[in-house]
Amino acid sequence: MRIMAQMAMVMNLDKCIGCHTCSVTCKQAWTNRTGMEYVWFNNVETRPGLGYPRRYEDQEQWKGGWELGRNGRLKLKGGNRFAKLATIFSNPKLPEIEDYYEPWTYDYENLLNAPASKTFPVARPHSLLTGEPMNPQWGANWDDDLGGTYKTGHADPMLKGIEDKVAFEFDKTFMFYLPRICEHCLNPTCAASCPSGAIYKREEDGIVLVDQNRCRGWRMCISGCPYKKIYFNHSTGKAEKCTFCYPRVEVGIPTVCAETCVGRLRYIGLMLYDADAVLAAASTKDEHGLYEAQRAVFLDPNDPAIAAEAERQGIAPDWIEAAKTSPVRRLIQDYKVALPLHPEYRTMPMVWYIPPLSPIVDAVRETGEDAEDAGNLFGAIDALRIPLEYLANLFTAGDVTPVRHVLDKLAAMRSYMRDINLEREPNEDIAAAVGMTGTEMQEMFRLLAIAKYEERY
Amino acid sequence: MTSTQPRPGLDGPLSDALLGAGRFFSKAPTTPDNRAVFKEGGRGDWFYRDRWAYDKVVRSTHGVNCTGSCSWKVYVKDGIITWEAQQTDYPSAGPDKPEYEPRGCPRGAAFSWYTYSPTRVRYPYVRGVLLDMFREAKAEHADPVVAWASIVQDPEKAKRYKSARGKGGLVRATWDEAVEMIAAAQIYTIKRWGPDRIAGFSPIPAMSMVSHASGARFTSLIGGSMLSFYDWYADLPVASPQVFGDQTDVPESGDWWDAGYLIMWGSNVPLTRTPDAHWMTEARYRGQKVVVMSPDYAENVKFADEWLPVQPGTDAALGMAMGHVVLKEFFVDRPTPYFENYTRAYTDLPFLVTLDAAGDGLYRPGKNLVAGDFDNTEAASENAMFKPALWDAAADAPAIPNGTLGHRFGEEGLGKWNLDLGDLRPELTLLAEGGEAVEVELPIFDNPDGSPSTIRRGVPVRRVGDRLVTTVFDLMLAQYGVGRPGLPGAWPTGYDDETGAYTPAWQETITNVPAAQVERVAREFAQNAADTQGRSMILMGAGTNHWYHSDLIYRTMLMLTTITGCQGRNGGGWAHYVGQEKARPITGWAQMAFGLDWSRPPRQMIQTGYWYINTDQWRYDTFTADELSAQGAGNGQFAGKVTADLFAQSARSGWMPTYPTFDRNPLTLADDVKASGLEVGPYVTRSLKEGSLKFAVEDPDAEENWPRVLMLWRANLFGNSAKGDEYFLKHLLGTDNAVNAAESPEHLRPKDITWREQAPEGKLDLVLTLDFRMTSSTLMSDVILPAATWYEKHDINTTDMHPFVHPFTPAINPPWQSKTDWDSFALISQRFSELAEHHLGTRTDVVAVPLMHDSPDAMATPHGAVLDWKSGEIDPIPGVTMPKLVMVERDYTKIAEKYGAVGPLMDTLGTTTKAVTVDVNSAITYLKGKNGVRTGAGVDAGRPKLDNGINVAETIMALAGTTNGHLATQGFKTLEKRTGTLLHDLAAEHEGKIITFNEIVGQPTPVITSPEWSGSESGGRRYSPFTINVERLKPWHTLTGRQHFYLDHDWMQALGEALPIYRGPLNMTQLFGEAPLGEINELGVSVRYLTPHFKWAIHSQYQDNWFMQNLSRGGQQVWMSEKDAERVGIADNDWIELVNRNGVVSARAIVSHRMPEGTVYMYHSQDRLIDVPLTETNGRRGGIHNSMTRILIKPSHIIGGYAQLAFAFNYLGPTGNNRDEVTMLRKRTAPLEY
Repeated sequence: MRIMAQMAMVMNLDKCIGCHTCSVTCKQAWTNRTGMEYVWFNNVETRPGLGYPRRYEDQEQWKGGWELGRNGRLKLKGGNRFAKLATIFSNPKLPEIEDYYEPWTYDYENLLNAPASKTFPVARPHSLLTGEPMNPQWGANWDDDLGGTYKTGHADPMLKGIEDKVAFEFDKTFMFYLPRICEHCLNPTCAASCPSGAIYKREEDGIVLVDQNRCRGWRMCISGCPYKKIYFNHSTGKAEKCTFCYPRVEVGIPTVCAETCVGRLRYIGLMLYDADAVLAAASTKDEHGLYEAQRAVFLDPNDPAIAAEAERQGIAPDWIEAAKTSPVRRLIQDYKVALPLHPEYRTMPMVWYIPPLSPIVDAVRETGEDAEDAGNLFGAIDALRIPLEYLANLFTAGDVTPVRHVLDKLAAMRSYMRDINLEREPNEDIAAAVGMTGTEMQEMFRLLAIAKYEERY
Repeated sequence: MTSTQPRPGLDGPLSDALLGAGRFFSKAPTTPDNRAVFKEGGRGDWFYRDRWAYDKVVRSTHGVNCTGSCSWKVYVKDGIITWEAQQTDYPSAGPDKPEYEPRGCPRGAAFSWYTYSPTRVRYPYVRGVLLDMFREAKAEHADPVVAWASIVQDPEKAKRYKSARGKGGLVRATWDEAVEMIAAAQIYTIKRWGPDRIAGFSPIPAMSMVSHASGARFTSLIGGSMLSFYDWYADLPVASPQVFGDQTDVPESGDWWDAGYLIMWGSNVPLTRTPDAHWMTEARYRGQKVVVMSPDYAENVKFADEWLPVQPGTDAALGMAMGHVVLKEFFVDRPTPYFENYTRAYTDLPFLVTLDAAGDGLYRPGKNLVAGDFDNTEAASENAMFKPALWDAAADAPAIPNGTLGHRFGEEGLGKWNLDLGDLRPELTLLAEGGEAVEVELPIFDNPDGSPSTIRRGVPVRRVGDRLVTTVFDLMLAQYGVGRPGLPGAWPTGYDDETGAYTPAWQETITNVPAAQVERVAREFAQNAADTQGRSMILMGAGTNHWYHSDLIYRTMLMLTTITGCQGRNGGGWAHYVGQEKARPITGWAQMAFGLDWSRPPRQMIQTGYWYINTDQWRYDTFTADELSAQGAGNGQFAGKVTADLFAQSARSGWMPTYPTFDRNPLTLADDVKASGLEVGPYVTRSLKEGSLKFAVEDPDAEENWPRVLMLWRANLFGNSAKGDEYFLKHLLGTDNAVNAAESPEHLRPKDITWREQAPEGKLDLVLTLDFRMTSSTLMSDVILPAATWYEKHDINTTDMHPFVHPFTPAINPPWQSKTDWDSFALISQRFSELAEHHLGTRTDVVAVPLMHDSPDAMATPHGAVLDWKSGEIDPIPGVTMPKLVMVERDYTKIAEKYGAVGPLMDTLGTTTKAVTVDVNSAITYLKGKNGVRTGAGVDAGRPKLDNGINVAETIMALAGTTNGHLATQGFKTLEKRTGTLLHDLAAEHEGKIITFNEIVGQPTPVITSPEWSGSESGGRRYSPFTINVERLKPWHTLTGRQHFYLDHDWMQALGEALPIYRGPLNMTQLFGEAPLGEINELGVSVRYLTPHFKWAIHSQYQDNWFMQNLSRGGQQVWMSEKDAERVGIADNDWIELVNRNGVVSARAIVSHRMPEGTVYMYHSQDRLIDVPLTETNGRRGGIHNSMTRILIKPSHIIGGYAQLAFAFNYLGPTGNNRDEVTMLRKRTAPLEY
């Protein structure tokens, strides 16, 4: 057993308002510079939608992540490193700028400098890559709030298998937001794809970084990352990616995206895991087993034996304490409401998500249930506007059971807390129905709803 | 993991070998399986460490017109602002609640881009053609005022520079030159036309009070008119003064947490209240049910348990139906004691209304029965005509309760202005077994074309003398169609009665929302209120508030929150969130902004009315006022009149202010008064009667009545708020425009306003804008002054979304030649004072003041019965039937001294807010020490300095109860004399506290409970409005002193709007001949055109910001449904063109299935600066979102002089509503040209 510490994040999508503050503060701090105009270490996607870069989740096209060979051994989906070295000068699995978008700006100076003319001056758009006038056709967030999705949305890779359940019609509209940063995986394909060995995982906290001195700009990492969260700086010719704000995290400040999240939906915490068990877990045959397999890799710092072993292996006592109180650990391990994004990529991602709960009474009523009954209202998860299968395609390799369990818990929490809110006796049966006690339910409520700063990070 | 799996590993020996080989090149540890390389942090990562480094962090915020009021950390490195992130140090909202951190949004996060952006205004600019003229004129005439006169008095020159407005050709000027031109134009205007021909506009003081106060103070000191904003933006919910007698007072967002049931009705919280939205998402976890009314699948629908996709503008139908359900189930079928007790004590529902005979045994609701109407003990008391009566069950007789408007003023009311009912037992209904009942005729507007008709329903009655009376509650049940046994009239047969107004089934035919859903939501809302003693809340927003008939929509919603006892309760009631920003230290701000420390009264103008008249939009009204009245059920007040006639009547009656006031320079008028030997009142009334003096509004196109100088700061009038933007460009500025409307035909022209055949173009002589970025307003301006950004000055900021005061502090000094607004107006006032020595000296100014709310003026109109002196129905009496007239002396050579010091007038007069006067001498003494005093021999000698942002901020905070505990307790003690109830304990915990600038730089600081507002924060409580009214029995500022639903003013009755009622969007086909909705012709498809607030901008700010442009699609965008798009061959991202009679927009289409059919959104304030091509319609630059709209004045908004329907600045006035518009929309076919 090799105990390691990993800095991890959980985002509660149920609280995400899709405001993109995280994207802007991140970009201002990190990528607001030449060569990085199109780069958003943090971006927010409207789902259903195509994402950024477009259709990045279609690994049949991009070949990112790992796959299980016939021999049951893990291999890079994009081909092994030998194959990569052979194709190093022509990488067909690399998204083109059009798959991201061509960044643009405007001739703002014309507004002040325009000579006397016949019409009011205007700032025209031009490309930040070529300097040529352009007419924007796609952007980092082009389908925001479902703009154009009635036409483009069918190409959302997450609709695979549920095409008949999703209609892009007014009455059936649904959407939610998916904020994304680098997953800082336990089993990162970017690192494994790098011919230069420039990508490394920090020993102390698992943050995945590109060594700017060693990067040679081969861009194999970009192809290798199934989340497409490594970007090519076309000015320096090197790869760059989300750093989990290590200069901040090291001194005890949350990442920029987390601290500036006005939805208060991001949690940061430490996880202990057994590095020796990662490969086996990532090699779990059944994709549906990957979620639980990854959970099994995590170690319980409250287990005295684990804590002692961790200390023996050199993990500092205050880090072990941090792992014990980690809100991320509670959400992933104790309440089991957080799920990994695309476990089927087998990279063991470490940014997890609480899926969105959006009960709509109309939908409940259509099932023939009495929608006025609070029990039905909060319990009728199968009738949600957002199809469970869509969420399952994102978070559990298509297995709807864990997603339903999470949503059941959130719904039960609302129902349970309503009695307390109205100063009535709480109904312990509600908590028991989702395998929790009332006390646990109130603790989870505190973490999710009251969510004080010091409890989020 | 299963044991049947093979040994885990990588895909083959070759990979293993290659990965293994990598270990030799790196000293870093790798995993035993060679998958990953581990390194300790701290090597090879200096690039990002260096990127993160900074020298200092400064606390500031964004003074944009936004309620966010978020405190930010601004990072500075090497003297350069690098980026910003949110502060997280707000004082706690409590151990068991979420917190306010980290307030912010993507717009604010992108602000620092402006600092060094290519759109930054770095130097003063003047349009070259004008600057050349001025330089030439200066060479000829040494005196700049004479030089200015030589330009504007030359029609050819004037036309040349005015018609060049907006068309480039700006050149750099020096500060001296620019300021001299500005001062010369002002002096010339004052001398030639009058000070009230100068106007200043800067909105929303709360967002940066010092900056707002700068130009406002200067404008007020010289006698210029400050233009209102809240009503102009259509953000003022007129229902608030109508019902509450209050401008707007709402819960802080932390109070959403306390609600058990939350409706978001036309308020898209995630978008428009981004920093506060989390309170809603989190409160759901407490079991709060969330319901959304929205025509589209808006961002907040994501969070809703139920979505009611109501047809745009029909919300009042939904509100009426919900009221129908609540009244029936919770008042008639199963009376709910909590609701009954609440409505008896806190609403006008038990008050009596006289019924007027309408022939054939039919009656119409008439006036409130008041003490002066009938034989009772109070009949001869002071203000008896303003003491409404209710029916006392104890005595089985009418009675006059305490707390009415009549008790609010005068000696006799002392100690009686309270809601203590004593032994009175008010009856809600007069229904009694064997009791008398009559049929009343009520107006209704549910015909598809909006035309009026009537319904007949019965009410129980009693007799008081020879009068037949009923209660407001009984009328309300009749209005809402809730029948009771024994009453005559036609009633709905049940909820499923589609023709019976106002049932759930009836509303479905209008709103498309299923009847059963409405029934359920109404029941749940009320049941939750009953279960929680009033913790049901409605968040309402611009989606329901920007319509012509929004006051009605809101009254139906306020009925719901009020009859269920939710107002004045934490977690309950109305939560109006549209531009409602709250200048918490309002008294201190008002003293500074209006120069009340030197001279009173200031000129304060209703901006909607100002532009309706001065941009000549009144000339394009093609309907009579009577078309919008109740006709049959009304009282004929509007017969033969058009809207502009009503506006002129309101102005001359002193209801609403009007500047310019007379067709004579008010300085000349003062000279004439003095020469006549008469007092101002007699002189003016005599001249008016003779016709030798006229109101300017009666001939607005005569050159002596034009506005001449307009100053804009913190504002983008021409790129944003100008409803009817193209009319502004045409008539006000005299430049290119796209007005395509026909003028009124002869028979539809005003009777009381002179019609000049040729409408003037280019009325303004000088347009000045202070800004840090280019907007349509700077583009159109003659002079642009470079302003400091919000990261470059000292100021203060508050909102009603949270209870804190917090500052702006400069991260860097204003760069290039930019200056703070305070410093810019100091320079202007200096040069102005110098030029005034020769041209003006000391003059007397006649200021016409309207009848004011919160003053005895509100008792000018008994029974709200309208008498017009112009038609000889009554004499013109200043302060009663026409404006008050006040002679104000102005030493124009001392403006700079006055601008820069706290004046002496407050020492003797104190400050007055909402009729509570406070002695501020202790604060003045404090300020002398805090700010230091002026030395020298000027008028400012010995007075506290106002020489920088900090000093002004300290002064604002020292003079307001919310920030000076002593003034709060003193104000409450003053108020206690009037109410006779205990109040001052609410502020006692902060008696000795004055919040200082240094304190708020340290941390945002919560405000103090003060009589300036209606709720209490005492003991760290979350703010909810009217808790003081409910808990301390302090009356509302209305006729009855209660929350007031029956409005008996003649004009309300003329409109058929005495009671809450449904009226749909205006019929633009009928009024203006626009194509009917859905029609397809060569101009495309006719669609409803709405302009909701934008995700990627705060008004026009940030819309040009690089980050927002790249996160949205950039440029101007119009959202439409795929169904409408397909009908006229439009695909997503196609270029489209919108054309109606008001203007033309050229934008790109965002086609989406979340949009309802028949309605398009051009999100708010997309200026014409970014990626706007020349239109294919006229080859000119495309317009802004408000190019498609125009001003439409609703007569109910310009009533004055009667109880809560009386003017106060930004409290009551016509709204710049803009939602009722329609447009044609088609695909652009011409090639794109810029």
